[in-house]
Parts: sequence; C-alpha cells; structure tokens
Amino acid sequence: MSNKYSKEHEIFVDKIKREKKSILITQISVLIIGLLLWEIAAQFKWIDTFLTSSPSAIWKLFLNYMKNGQLMKHVGISVYETIAGFIFGTLLGIIIAILLWWSNFWAKVLDPYLVVLNSLPKTALAPIIIIWVGAGYKGIIVTAISISIVVTIMNMYESYKSVDEDKIKLLQTFGATKFQVLRKLILPASIPSMISTLKINIGLSWVGVIVGEFLVSRAGIGWLIVYGGQVFKLDIVMMSIFILGLISAVMYKLISILEDKLFKWSK
Amino acid sequence: MDIKKIVELKDISMLYHTLTEETLAIKKLDLDIYTGEIVGIVGPSGCGKSTLLSIISGLIKPSKGIVKVNGEPVEAPLKNIGYMFQEDQLFDWRNILNNVVVGLEIQGKLNDKTLQQAKDMIANYGLGEFMDSYPYQLSGGMRQRVALIRTLILRPDLLLLDEPFSALDYQTRLAIADEVGIILKKEKKTAVMVTHDIAEAISLSDRVVVLSNRPAVIKDIIDIKLTYNDIVSPMKSREAPEFRHYFNRIWKELDIHV
Repeated sequence: MSNKYSKEHEIFVDKIKREKKSILITQISVLIIGLLLWEIAAQFKWIDTFLTSSPSAIWKLFLNYMKNGQLMKHVGISVYETIAGFIFGTLLGIIIAILLWWSNFWAKVLDPYLVVLNSLPKTALAPIIIIWVGAGYKGIIVTAISISIVVTIMNMYESYKSVDEDKIKLLQTFGATKFQVLRKLILPASIPSMISTLKINIGLSWVGVIVGEFLVSRAGIGWLIVYGGQVFKLDIVMMSIFILGLISAVMYKLISILEDKLFKWSK
Repeated sequence: MDIKKIVELKDISMLYHTLTEETLAIKKLDLDIYTGEIVGIVGPSGCGKSTLLSIISGLIKPSKGIVKVNGEPVEAPLKNIGYMFQEDQLFDWRNILNNVVVGLEIQGKLNDKTLQQAKDMIANYGLGEFMDSYPYQLSGGMRQRVALIRTLILRPDLLLLDEPFSALDYQTRLAIADEVGIILKKEKKTAVMVTHDIAEAISLSDRVVVLSNRPAVIKDIIDIKLTYNDIVSPMKSREAPEFRHYFNRIWKELDIHV
C-alpha cells in the first residue's frame, strides 16, 4: 500500500505512529518506575511497610489468594453484583426515561423530584435500602441500582428531548404513530448518549456495590477492603484496590468495543 | 394548466398563543393550488410561510378556515404529501438506502418490489455507488438529493418544500435547485415551495405568491411566464429577459425595510 502515497505522506504517517508508540512506552514506564520506586523504598525501609505495604508483598498475597480460591470467590461475587446492578439500573432508567418522553405531564410533575434525587448523594440511602430489601446480594444490588438509575433517567430523557423537531415532523408526514417515532427515531438517535451513560454507570454501579459491601456482606471486594483495614493488613486493601481498578478498566473497555461496533455510521 | 384544484385554502387564520400574548400569524388567507404547478411562496422572515405549509399538510390545524386537499377536508397529517425541510434530516445511523426507504417502512409498504424501486431510483439520481454509504460520507448537495428521493419514493400527490436549499452553500444551492426543478417538472409534480430567495422562487415556480408582514395576507400572486430559447430549466430561466422584471416587482412588493 505504501507506493500509493507520496514520500511526504509516508513521513507524516510515520511521525504519527512514532508519537503513538512513545506515548504508550511512556505510559508503561510510569507504571513500572512507580512500582519499582515503591518496592525499593519499602526494601530500604524508607517508608513504613505497615502503612504502605509493598508491590512484592501484594504480589505474594495475590498468588496466595489465587491458590486457595479466596480471591476468585470475592471477585466473582462483586462482579456479579455490579453487573446485575448495572444492567437493571440502566434498563429501568431507560424505561422510565421513555415513559417520561411519552408523557409530558409526568415529565413535568416528576422533574423537581428527579433534580433533588440527582443532587442527593445516593450512598446516603444505602442503609435504608439494605434494611428494606435485606442484607446480602439483594440489598447490595438495589444500592447499585439506586445510584445509576437517576443519572440514566436524566441523561436519556435529555437526549430523547433533544432530537430535532423537524425529524419528528418528517416521520409524522409519513403518518408515523408515536410508537414508530420512538422506535425509528428517538431510540436510535439516542444511542450515543446511551453509550456514554453506560460508561458512567459502570463506575457508579461499582460505587454502589462497594458501599453496599462495606455496610453488609460476608464476601466481595468491598468486604475484603474493610476486613483488610480492620485487621491492619494494608496489603489486602491495596491488592483489592488494584484488582478493582483492573476489572472496571476491563468493563469500560468492553463498552468501548461495543461503541465501535455500533458506530460504523460516524467518523 | 390542469384546472383540477389539489389544495384549497379558504379564509385561513392562525393565532399563536403564549401566556402573555397572542399573535395573529395568518389572516384570512385564500389560496388554491392546481395540479402540476409549482407555487413559490415568498415573504418577509417570520411572516408565517412555514406555518402555511404545516397547515396544508395537516400537521397543525388553523385557528379558522377550511383546508381541503383533493377535495377532502384535512383533519389529520396527510400521508400523500411529501415534506422537505431546510436541513436534509437524514438519519445518521441509516445508510443511504435505508434512509430512502424509511417512509415506506413507516407506512408498511416496504417489500421486495418497493425496495427494488428505491434502489433503481437512487441509481437514477446518480447515487448508486453510495447506496451503502452513511450520510456523513456525502456532500450537502448529495444529502439533499437523498432527501428528495426519500420523499418521491412515496409518490406524493403534493410536495411541500420548506426552504429546502437554504442550508446549502450558494453554488450547491443553485445546482441542486436546478436539478430539483427539472425533476419536479419531469415527474409532473405539484409543489409548494417556501423560500426567501426571490430568484429561486422565480426560476422554479409557475406562480409566485407574495405574502405581507405578519399577520400574513396575500399581497400579490404573480404568474411567471418566461421566454426560453432552450430547454426549460431553472438555471436557464435566469437568463430569460423577463426575469429581472419579475425580480424587481417581487422585491418592491416585499417592501423590506431593515
């Protein structure tokens, strides 16, 4: 393919590729150097490992937890709760947003309630939810739902409302029913907002799950963090946080892949 | 010209209400549109030109007066009317073919036969190679052409054009207006076109209706008769000797003061 382009073009492409590569290399270096400095500082006792732990200790602990299956159990439970909270929170939020789009009256009635709910830190509701729904998976999942659902409703409703009036008019001149307008125009036009809402909801669902697990649970990453803190084993806490970061990054990446699949129609 | 009336507007008035005031947008307007003609509507901005189109299509009900299309009073949005907007209003997530057939889909008329018709029509209008492309890959002029095909595929009795070229740059606008004009004449379509471009109105229309400032009343209806040396096309018509007389006359009627 290279002989299709001019010399100048090749130089241009090369330059961009090289820049990309050096960004990636630097990103990885920052991580490695950070970990190395942390380890060295711990080895030479410049820092108190009782408070900071060290990469090698965390790694050893990780291998231990992997071997006895403890880790997979905790991770599995938290991931299950997060995915359940994420799916139900998103779906319920979208359904409610559609209903609000359908009925202008109820959209206006519920507007102040949504505004208050949106500004309220939903984690404050967690104790009530857990008492009402019950400790265990259910309470934690509902906590996760409560956090993502309000943002979903508000974002999606905004997006449904912002669809060009003339496009609706166009479908009406074809004789479209309200349901057809929804299905052929409003929903597909809101896919970009839906993707960005999904990205936000991944993070929010994790917040709900971790808070829920802090409050009531006998397993899960949130429980592991609290337990580690209580017995002053900071390497457990640190390991949990590393794993948490890793998993949410993977989930975020999955949504990005979905985004690329859905968006062959834009640049 | 065929004597058959396709649209009859009788004593149309339109009031707009807000909490603090009401505005009379259209006042006692009478207008007939005949089969096969292209009627241009010009008027000062904000005079209710677009409202008039919405009233004809049944999208909004006039405060007073009777609208008849094909002799039938208009009660609900009409399906046999093609509406074209200022923006092409293509759906970004549908490729060109799927954009063209969206109206067929809505009306439950999409089948193998109509799909083939849509493909043929896209090819006929020179967009064959873009059938599977997405709107962002097309130029503004091509997009407006897709919008026209989307309208024509439903074989509407009447086309309502609401400043259909005003979102395009000047050169594209001239070219597309020319093309659309030729297509409308060739297909013997009846069309009502709202525009603020006087030259465009003269070059495309058989009659030009001049509206007054709000509340809109008809100031004048001008029959456009141009002498051609050549084939009839909106672009050529600008060379006709009568063109500038019409232009001056409409300009004076509009009575624009800035």
